[in-house]
Amino acid sequence: MSVLLGPKLALARAAGALSQLRGGGATSVPGKVLMRLQPDAVGLLGSRLVGGSVLISATNGKTTTAAMAAAILEREGVRLVHNRAGANMAGGIASTLLAAAHGRDAIDGELGLFEVDELWLAQLAAQLRPRALLLGNLFRDQLDRYGELETIADSWAGAVRDVLGGDARLVLNADDPVVADLGRERAGAAGDGAAAAGSAQGGSGPVYFGVEDDSLALPHMAHAADAKHCRNCGAPYLFDAVYLGHLGHYRCPSCGQARPEPTVLATDVRLEGVRAARFTLHTPSGKAEVALPLPGLYNVYNALAAAALAHALEVPLAGIVAGLESTRAAFGRAESVMIGAPEHPRELRILLVKNPAGANEVLRTLALEQGEHDLLGVLNDNIADGRDVSWIWDADFELLAGRLRRVTCSGTRAAELAVRLKYAGFEPERIHVQPELAVALSAAQADAPPGGAPLYALPTYTAMLALRELLSAGGQTQSALS
Amino acid sequence: MSTLRVCALYPDLMNIYADRGNLLVLERRCAWRGIGFRLTPCGLGEPLDGEVHDLFYLGGGQDRDQRLCAEDLIATKSEALHAAATRSAVILGVCGGYQLLGRSYELGPGEQLPGVELLAVRTVREDAPRLIGNIAIEVSFGGAGKGVLAGFENHGGRTHLGTDQAPLGRVLKGHGNDGRSGFEGARSGNTIGTYLHGPLLPKNIWFADWLIATALGIHVAELAPLDDALEDQAHSGALHAAGI
Repeated sequence: MSVLLGPKLALARAAGALSQLRGGGATSVPGKVLMRLQPDAVGLLGSRLVGGSVLISATNGKTTTAAMAAAILEREGVRLVHNRAGANMAGGIASTLLAAAHGRDAIDGELGLFEVDELWLAQLAAQLRPRALLLGNLFRDQLDRYGELETIADSWAGAVRDVLGGDARLVLNADDPVVADLGRERAGAAGDGAAAAGSAQGGSGPVYFGVEDDSLALPHMAHAADAKHCRNCGAPYLFDAVYLGHLGHYRCPSCGQARPEPTVLATDVRLEGVRAARFTLHTPSGKAEVALPLPGLYNVYNALAAAALAHALEVPLAGIVAGLESTRAAFGRAESVMIGAPEHPRELRILLVKNPAGANEVLRTLALEQGEHDLLGVLNDNIADGRDVSWIWDADFELLAGRLRRVTCSGTRAAELAVRLKYAGFEPERIHVQPELAVALSAAQADAPPGGAPLYALPTYTAMLALRELLSAGGQTQSALS
Repeated sequence: MSTLRVCALYPDLMNIYADRGNLLVLERRCAWRGIGFRLTPCGLGEPLDGEVHDLFYLGGGQDRDQRLCAEDLIATKSEALHAAATRSAVILGVCGGYQLLGRSYELGPGEQLPGVELLAVRTVREDAPRLIGNIAIEVSFGGAGKGVLAGFENHGGRTHLGTDQAPLGRVLKGHGNDGRSGFEGARSGNTIGTYLHGPLLPKNIWFADWLIATALGIHVAELAPLDDALEDQAHSGALHAAGI
């Protein structure tokens, strides 16, 4: 097989190089070419990894969770093949494998760590036969591309049932009813005691993670919450606590289905504005304090997910904590960049927003910071953002009403964002519309408040890429952009 | 001072395309004009009083939720809605809500959701790609003249108008009811169904005002003018996205 594969790898690499010469730069090009030549290339190249592969999927937090897992595993000396830049469909993962492969059957790395797009998970899992699968959350997202949440849940259930080997580890968010339900059958197969007894190594029952901190519970469920009905019987869940979107402590009054007891959990969570979060991490091996250099409860969930995965891969607790504490912000996720003239530097903090649940967490985190803020909102409606911009009306921008000094709205649907903010209660005279991103950035920069408060950028996905490119081209930011 | 009394049907289930935005626009535009605003949610199993609301809103939902609401509408709310329609209250159904205002929605072989039959339309889910994308339609409201509505559509069902059923408008860009007829939505008196979400009202502010005025029983010219510079830009942006 590899005799035939060799020339195809070379051809795909050449196509990638050509695309880069033409300024394409898309990381998925060589992989796409390779898959055209050899549809099962991902499986073939993946089988070169002696440690197998680990897959991570979720609506929100894939890239950050994978970055945290990589930080943990690399400290343990595990050599990874990892789609770090977030190209998470088949082409991107094929490209990542292609870049690491060499010779007839060699590859640079022992373990594949791949974040995977929700819709591609079943297909890629079938090829890669992962030794561990981490499923983090499911929120409504880009309905024009992903369709209904139930459709994705069904496809994930199929992957867990049909593809995941009996000895593979399944890591699930106990607080997300739709995700936790995916472990129902495997938990039964492993015997009732396995998960509850807290032995992640004993048996192949799922490893559940979750938050247990009543001080974080929200007064009511967010408007845009999904998954309010039991997947088992259809009755509405009762929530004893809601932490984030529909994540929380729930039970079904009709069939008795309830949140599984997590073995990896966070207690005593302390959110420190837009910079950091602290919590006590519990695993079956013990408990430890974690000082996470990333903000918000959503990143605590990402850290728990990465910790549960690392625990399932038998990384000791000290290694998990050290890895989490050394994590750096992933591409455009709470990234910090210095902008402006050297004598008047200003911090620009980039907080990716792409769906209501993710945006709400960013807004909630921003609201923790004192004072009035300057905001640069960039709303694009390209395919990768979702053509449908309805979602901004499900995000709770009201959280920042009365808290903003200046708002610059940019992107292909700049005015739509401006209208959203106006109806959220922002004063219209503080809202500036400038679709052109470069102009919007300079305008926001020119009108800086005394004292150099940070500028918060809330871009959608393609807007985030454009913003980073603009900052890199400006030259003043290389040190901050990794 | 007059008050616009709005009833949101199943706001916790039928809200998938940011239907909250439509309700928020009605609320704020009333408040800015000193018009009172009262929002009453009416959910599964709750009785509906058709006499105490001026405008009824029904949004879109996932299949499972839409099934639950279809049964409940017939069982507990159909009569009140018909009474409201008879006295010319405004009834607006968007996407899934539009489908439920019709006669029936055939989800597949052997599965048909009944509708409340306020609009003479029938919806059938075809084994074909969903109709997804930006859309612009031209509508005519007699005295109020012609106007353009822009939004986003995303529906698997194809809706067919009954012989005497008027559409809401004519498709300028996009798919519309069935991707073929060139018609979008349906309208009988003040009962309106449409596939346009995005949401609909923030980017079609003239239509939001038409709904407010009609529900209050006044002419739209009697509403105090507002500064709609941002809303007008959003309308242009939505038209541009649809290719106009």
